[in-house]
Amino acid sequence: MDSKGMADAIPRLGALDHLGLAARAHGEKGAAGVRLAERRFLAKLNLRGDPNDHGFMGAVASVLDGFEPRIIPNTAVHTGRFDLLWLGPDEWLVVAADGAEAELEARLTAAVAPHGGTVTDVSESRTTIVVSGPNARDVLAKGCPLDLHPRAFAAGACAQSLVAKVGVILHRTDTAAPGEPARFELHALRSFADYLWRFLDDAGQEYGVTVMEG
Amino acid sequence: MLLIACPWCGPRAELEFRCGGQGHLTRLTDAMEVSDAEFARYLYMRDNPKGWHYERWNHVNGCRRWFNAVRHTVTHEFHATYKPGEPKPDLPRS
Ligand SMILES: [Zn+2]
Repeated sequence: MDSKGMADAIPRLGALDHLGLAARAHGEKGAAGVRLAERRFLAKLNLRGDPNDHGFMGAVASVLDGFEPRIIPNTAVHTGRFDLLWLGPDEWLVVAADGAEAELEARLTAAVAPHGGTVTDVSESRTTIVVSGPNARDVLAKGCPLDLHPRAFAAGACAQSLVAKVGVILHRTDTAAPGEPARFELHALRSFADYLWRFLDDAGQEYGVTVMEG
Repeated sequence: MLLIACPWCGPRAELEFRCGGQGHLTRLTDAMEVSDAEFARYLYMRDNPKGWHYERWNHVNGCRRWFNAVRHTVTHEFHATYKPGEPKPDLPRS
């Protein structure tokens, strides 16, 4: 049975479904300083390869809408359909819409394998918690050692670090447009997601917390 | 909180790292030939200076890469961090 068939046969359970977030979520932003949401089931592919190999970089770009992986540490590109996050000197994370993983893995693998690159589907390993709003940075600062000030962590920056001792891939996804509040996506291992959500929910109480649709 | 400069990620908090012991150890190429005493010295015996120390570190809660560092075992000061394969920097005077 292919993976699509499996997905049809077995209902998927999100990492935070037991919290009933959908019932708490509402669309209007209200006055809350912190907005939390879970983006369930995003496609995530781990990409390895040699950034000094033009063939590899071109192969990635041929699949990802013409965008090469960043070689500048701690930065990500947004292609419109994909996010491509720097994880290490020869390692990136491709984030795409739910359901895209199988086809994207096949296409990327076909493109990069001749250049020694590898692609691994890691979609199920992590869920994505979105922290946004005027106090997003304040709430993250309570548990994260990264300097998230805009001078040090610009729009489009990403980093692997810890939030409340939980290993996360942190990605600033707002564009720093005037009046636009900061927005961070936290890709966290799903077995830690419940703890991380409760930490953020608790740490955000002094600013007010609104649960948003993912 | 100590800031440690990962050669790839830049300065990061100490709690993202783990120390991996003495650096620049070279694997024996003639392990079958050397005496037990020599092999034990290679396998177990480590420098234990009060002062500057060449060490391996891992950015375990970051990019997960290994790198080398020169650290002072009394003050915890990092004199240098550098990628594997890069030459040993000279030790500072003090
Ligand atoms: Zn690093």
